[in-house]
Amino acid sequence: MKRFLILGLVLGLLVFSSLVWAGPVTINVIGMQQAAMTVDEMKQVAKEFEAKNPDIKVNLTFVGYDALHDKIATAMAGGAAAYDAILVDDIWYAEFAEAGWLWDVTSKITKEMKEDIGPAGWEIVTYKNKVWGMPWLLDAEYFYYNEEMLKKAGFSAPPKTWQELEQQAKVMKTKGIVEYPIIWSWSQNECSVCDFVAILYGFGGKFFDENNNPVFNDAHGVNALSWMVKTLKEGISNPASTVSTEEEVRLTFSQGKAAYALNWLYMYDLANDPKESKVAGKVKMSLVPSGSEDIVSSTINGSMGYSVAATSKHKEEAWKFILYLTSKDVQKRYSAHMLPIWKSLAKDPELVKLQPVTLPMFAKQWPYAHVRPKVPYYPEASKILQVALQKAFTGKLSPKKALDEAAKKIKAIQY
Amino acid sequence: MGKKLGFKIFIYTMMIVVGFISLAPFLWLFISSISTNNDLLSVPTKFIPTHPTFHRYYELLFQSGKTESTKMFLVAMKNSLIVATLVTIITLTLASLAAYAFARLNFPGKTPIQLSILATRMLPALSTIIPLYIFAKRFGLIDTKFILIILYLTFTLPFAIWMMIGFLQTIPKELEEAAMIDGATRMQTLLKVVFPLAASGLTATAIFAFMLSWDEFFFALIFTSSYAAKTIPVAISEFTGRHLIDYGMMCTGGVVASIPPILLTMWFRNYIVKGLTSGAVKG
Amino acid sequence: MWKVFRKEEVKFAYWLLIPTLVVLILIIAYPIVDTFYLSLHRYYLTRPHFRPFIGFKNYLYFLQDEEFWASIKRTLYFMSVSVALELVFGILIALLLMQKVKGMGLLKTLIILPWAVPTIVNGAIWKWIYNADYGALNGLLYRLGIISKYKAWLADPFTALNFVIIADIWHTTPFVIIVMLAALTTVPDSLYEAAKIDGAGAVRRFFSVTLPLLTPAILVALVIRTVEAFRVFDIIYVITRGGPANGTQVIAYQAYLETFSYLHLGKGSALSFIISIFIMVLAVIYIKLLYNKVEY
Repeated sequence: MKRFLILGLVLGLLVFSSLVWAGPVTINVIGMQQAAMTVDEMKQVAKEFEAKNPDIKVNLTFVGYDALHDKIATAMAGGAAAYDAILVDDIWYAEFAEAGWLWDVTSKITKEMKEDIGPAGWEIVTYKNKVWGMPWLLDAEYFYYNEEMLKKAGFSAPPKTWQELEQQAKVMKTKGIVEYPIIWSWSQNECSVCDFVAILYGFGGKFFDENNNPVFNDAHGVNALSWMVKTLKEGISNPASTVSTEEEVRLTFSQGKAAYALNWLYMYDLANDPKESKVAGKVKMSLVPSGSEDIVSSTINGSMGYSVAATSKHKEEAWKFILYLTSKDVQKRYSAHMLPIWKSLAKDPELVKLQPVTLPMFAKQWPYAHVRPKVPYYPEASKILQVALQKAFTGKLSPKKALDEAAKKIKAIQY
Repeated sequence: MGKKLGFKIFIYTMMIVVGFISLAPFLWLFISSISTNNDLLSVPTKFIPTHPTFHRYYELLFQSGKTESTKMFLVAMKNSLIVATLVTIITLTLASLAAYAFARLNFPGKTPIQLSILATRMLPALSTIIPLYIFAKRFGLIDTKFILIILYLTFTLPFAIWMMIGFLQTIPKELEEAAMIDGATRMQTLLKVVFPLAASGLTATAIFAFMLSWDEFFFALIFTSSYAAKTIPVAISEFTGRHLIDYGMMCTGGVVASIPPILLTMWFRNYIVKGLTSGAVKG
Repeated sequence: MWKVFRKEEVKFAYWLLIPTLVVLILIIAYPIVDTFYLSLHRYYLTRPHFRPFIGFKNYLYFLQDEEFWASIKRTLYFMSVSVALELVFGILIALLLMQKVKGMGLLKTLIILPWAVPTIVNGAIWKWIYNADYGALNGLLYRLGIISKYKAWLADPFTALNFVIIADIWHTTPFVIIVMLAALTTVPDSLYEAAKIDGAGAVRRFFSVTLPLLTPAILVALVIRTVEAFRVFDIIYVITRGGPANGTQVIAYQAYLETFSYLHLGKGSALSFIISIFIMVLAVIYIKLLYNKVEY
């Protein structure tokens, strides 16, 4: 019995001392494993930050993108803060802000920050005229093509419109250069909505009107989706597109089994890396085509921001870390997998030398990037649209019927 | 005679077919794990690797710092081992005591209690997860191995009790009675006579508790996110993320994660059969 | 029937039970009650301060929701096809394993392997086999000349559902085999001999002798597998995530989406509760079966 008493005493002391001993503040940060800065780079940045701020410890957590939303949502649901700084996709800002999970940082944005990042960057983290975080990753889908295949088919330039792409692809198919010239990420995931929105705006359509009424099912939208379905039927789009995500697109394209693809910036480095790709050195980017002559280009804005949790006990420390993570200094030194949010850096000669292709391409494409609606019910609305797209792809419904049905359903869940 | 030979050929053919179907998918996982990336992505599929290599195993097990997913994998493996082992110990302790009460003793409320425990074995995790999450948050238990252990008891306990009852019922009562006549207390009888006799049942129950914990995905998906507690099924599901699917690594991870349960079932095959049958068939 | 309890025995029984009961009440009973309470509210996590009591409206919503019924239909299809095939294969393979020929011992050991593979790994294996661009299924059929070019097997909703079912059957048939095998080993050989002398053929012997003896085992395997199949989630999450065109969205997956993607905790709780009720009905049947067996 005595032994147990002593053991209990020791344990009690240990617990007590761990409660009383106030070490440095620890902030918990949740990020994702894919895209943008690598996990190792993030850890490096956290180390630098800790060295500069000995009173703050950074505890980084990474989950897959697919799990990120659900993870944050469940973490916020309970009340107390599991995370102090969270990575938020632009489509979640409305939902999270509406739920009261984010800390309003409007007053912390200086004039210099405002100007050097620009409205397109701030749009990502703004909801109902308030700023809810720092833009971190500015990304859009880019149009990739295999230059060698284009030359073989006798084309000197990539297509400027989707119709032109269709013609080029048909030639490529008949000449037997590649069985399925185009690969898309059209599986039942957010990625299919991204591709659809890019094409939708290129055909002159819109997702919602000013009053958040769904209008993606108007004539422009139906044209856009009809075109998408047509390319599948004609066999110029890879039939595996409807089960592919961005990563399958990258693999198919890197294997030399597609001449054209729509994907995020990350594909450029990987598709040109001989270790990862059979077509390294042949991969080029151009402006995403449009559906009509009077629209130059149109793509999807897929950006993310870092925000402070409203329930955090260490908001200032978390914000300090976010500011460091997005600072010019860090963004300049870690530009390998992610472009800086600062306009002044885009012209930085050192950086231009380091990223000679992606940096100018970003400047060219970014103005044509469209954001998806910022509404608190976005995940559900997106799911409805994903299913509608899939129904059209699989021929279960006509494009018009599928979009009409989706519009009706989205209308029903709005609040 | 000819008929008999024909029958034998038929039996052997079926054995080969059944054996092949049972093994082929897992074998393919293994082959993929030792194929080069080029082989993996070649069309048509190369069923025999041109340059078999174990470098992914080496990378996964011994160079774990190299990438985030491989590092996470080893940590997750360790977490899974710790969680599954502790769950097994706690389950065994609690369940064997409770099962003995049901199998041998008479007390008011016995049948309804026993039936409700059996019923909870069937409940989906979804029916309890939201309140449990709020509860765990309140006590700061999110992303800890501790909460996983608690959660896993929700399904291992009812299952183990149900299985142990079956085992204990097969032990002759006379031995216990003899021990008690000799002056042993009930607890002494339980520990020194009944449980040693139920050793095979305890082993089977332990294996099941371990395998159920090792296999669990849903709770781990929602409740864990970091090195602190992420388990192997979640780590494997994250090999397929939004960007950067590494099919080869995913296969390697799959093989490694399957080794503990496969070894357990192969070694303790008889116990498992007994466990399933004493519980499932005999009730 | 009036039972007489011995005080000391009752006390001992409660001491043995208390730890388990405390744990189970805390982690199962209380959460279930709370889930039911939540299901009576309109509770969106995105509007945490607006949480009115709405009675059974969430339940009514689903009863009128076509997506819900479509999910139920898919779940029932998944359940009946996979359980039926698992039983048929399970019984046939168990009968095969009863044959006394060389090498059967090895096969008996090997056959458990699919069941030992973790569910998530099982999903990963089949997702990789079905892969549209590099999958082994495509490779095999192509090499055999059955298809002339690679196909995206998971692109058609109904096909995808069936392919997920195949993955599930591969994974769980060994469980049925084990249960059947155990029941078969209790069949005395003399019964067969008697039937043989009667002149019954193999097929008739199966239906007149084996099957009746297997019935209890079949019922048990049936209920356990039905319950598991009805709440299937993991394998769907890994292989298809409910797609394509919702073709593999089963009811547990819909509940997951409602709760953790759309953050409708009230609706999610209601769905979870509907699933639980259905499973409880199965559980009652199951318990009845067990108790009937104790009788004889």
